[in-house]
Amino acid sequence: MFAFFLSSGLFLGWSLGANDAANVFGTAVGSRMIRFATAAVLCSIFVIIGSVVSGAGASETLGKLGSITAIAGAFVVAFAAAVSVYLMTKAGYPVSTSQAIVGAIIGWNLFSGSLTDYDSLTTIVATWVVCPFLSAIFAVSFYKLFVPVIKTCSVSMFRLDALTRYLLILAGIFGSYSLGANNIANVMGVFVPVAPLSDISLFGMVSLNAAQQLFFIGGVAIAVGVFTYSKRVMMTVGEGIFELSPVAALVVVWAHSMVLFLFASQGLKGLLVSHGLPSLPLVPVSSSQAIVGAVIGIGLLRGGRSIRWRLVGGIASGWVATPVIAAGVSFMLLFFVQNVFQQETYRPVTYRVTAENVDRIGRAGMDTGYLAPLVGEEFSRAVDFRDALSRSKGEPVTAGETATVMHYTEVDELEITEEKIAELDTTWITAEQREAVEALTGRVFIHTWRFDEALARLSPQWRLSEHDRDFNRALTNKRQYMYRIFRRHDTASH
Amino acid sequence: MGFRLLKRTSGIEKDLDDFLDQVSRSGLLFKSGIDCYLRDNLESFAKKTEEMIDIEHRGDALRRSLETQLYTKTLIPESRGDVLELLESMDRLLDHFKGALWRFDIEHPEICVEYHDDFRELASCGVEAVESTVLSCRAFFKNVDTVADHMHKVMYWESESDKVSTELQRKIFRREDLRLSHKRHLRDFARYLEKIADEAEDVADRLNIYVIKRSI
Repeated sequence: MFAFFLSSGLFLGWSLGANDAANVFGTAVGSRMIRFATAAVLCSIFVIIGSVVSGAGASETLGKLGSITAIAGAFVVAFAAAVSVYLMTKAGYPVSTSQAIVGAIIGWNLFSGSLTDYDSLTTIVATWVVCPFLSAIFAVSFYKLFVPVIKTCSVSMFRLDALTRYLLILAGIFGSYSLGANNIANVMGVFVPVAPLSDISLFGMVSLNAAQQLFFIGGVAIAVGVFTYSKRVMMTVGEGIFELSPVAALVVVWAHSMVLFLFASQGLKGLLVSHGLPSLPLVPVSSSQAIVGAVIGIGLLRGGRSIRWRLVGGIASGWVATPVIAAGVSFMLLFFVQNVFQQETYRPVTYRVTAENVDRIGRAGMDTGYLAPLVGEEFSRAVDFRDALSRSKGEPVTAGETATVMHYTEVDELEITEEKIAELDTTWITAEQREAVEALTGRVFIHTWRFDEALARLSPQWRLSEHDRDFNRALTNKRQYMYRIFRRHDTASH
Repeated sequence: MGFRLLKRTSGIEKDLDDFLDQVSRSGLLFKSGIDCYLRDNLESFAKKTEEMIDIEHRGDALRRSLETQLYTKTLIPESRGDVLELLESMDRLLDHFKGALWRFDIEHPEICVEYHDDFRELASCGVEAVESTVLSCRAFFKNVDTVADHMHKVMYWESESDKVSTELQRKIFRREDLRLSHKRHLRDFARYLEKIADEAEDVADRLNIYVIKRSI
């Protein structure tokens, strides 16, 4: 069943491969500098590597915007994004998968009564606006750096041709990696919180977590799109861009790839932060808009006479129109699937404020004075709960505060039974961790945090580390896996 | 793959240089061929004509090989059309030199001694114009920024060629003692030689456009 629900994401992946591969290899293939087969193989390999290695950053940002809680919901959200992209493309609007998926997630938030993190949304939209500008700046800078070097070295026509080929192939490889890293979140991001997958180890050397396995599958879907349909797009788009001049086209592809990389690389972000430098948010951006931005940059450098300003206007309108349309489509489809097909598109959540929860929140370092009047109350929608919190506090509660309160009050019943313990993946969960879980047999936990704390008391292997971020990330994945295994499916009745 | 492409590139550059060498050599051969003819050294003239035929064959073979390589190896896709046109234009210049020697050989024009220097000068202007075009061409392939250094010389020699040709024709038709048919025969030769510089100038004009198109 999971495979069926994944199909909408795979379709989005296919369409991404069919369309966006042209942005990275279109110039080289369209001008027949390299064969399509070579480009398709390189593009597929590096898209998959980019997705698996660096896909998590942008995906986390989408997760902050809205974390889909039911597999049917994830299916509908990805499907709504795909439908919106199709409809808008048919209507002749420039459209981006990144913008459609964000709109579709907001549609899900509205439908399920979940909170939309406006800070994340603002960051995402701001990034979309910045993306083409940054791409233009990169293109102009690279051009200004590269051209004098060529002139100084007085490279002959044929040697410049050979050099351009190598650099185009390198740019294509880098671009494919960045495309996978940045855009895989659009394809598979919504499935990450609901994927019933545990970590797997490949030949005892590389381990892939659930998200990475999904990203791999999504990467393969993109690769299928590249092989089956991108040639035509490459021949059209590639030749269009190539009219610039080979060197300018090369600069455009490099600028595009750099921008996608900057908005996807956790490593680079970590490096910038560790040196006290401002870092860029990890957000899925539009590959096509990055290309157009770079082309406009080169156009402006040459006097700006050949820029099609209508196209620029179309891009700007897409920043708002695409998410709004996708949100509408998503909301309608969710309503339809929930009520006509009787599929659970979100897991109903209950927030229960008890004295014990409030005490725990207090121990987490928060002022809990305004929570006291709410003790004994229950809320079935996140939006209602946040409003009640704000009313009680007398001012809007911050996103951070809301998240903490909700974490400790969310009712998510876990029942530890022998049968469910037998289901645990022993290749992933260590013997000591399993022993700790077995010690809890027969107990029922109303909140996940209580389960986490009980496990942490029993074994240091269930405790978060103070320094090891990789261990903490793996532990969080294991906890999510435990919740899925032990969750009582009648929780919704609370 | 990297080394293969670089090797292929240097092979084409060598062929291209070789082809332009043939065009340049054909000019020198033409000049000395005319000189032999005017000195009535017909044996040497015949040798020069034979050599010219060899050069023309070699030039044709190199041009065809270059065109094939450019297409089959999909090199310089953005400038391929321009380069092919340029190669054909240069080949036409070579043909023109050969054609001129052939005309002298076939029609054997009777050139009065007083016109010898003018004919030599006219031939020299054409050769200089073509030589400057060859240099512009080499610059176009090797360092596009230096094309202009040679291009203006083509224009200069074309204008010199015009002047010499006009003056020569005027002298020819002012002579009372020559038959009209003789005068017209000499005029045809003067015009044929003048056309070499004209054609070189046409090539230079097109090259100028290619340079603009190639501006990075």
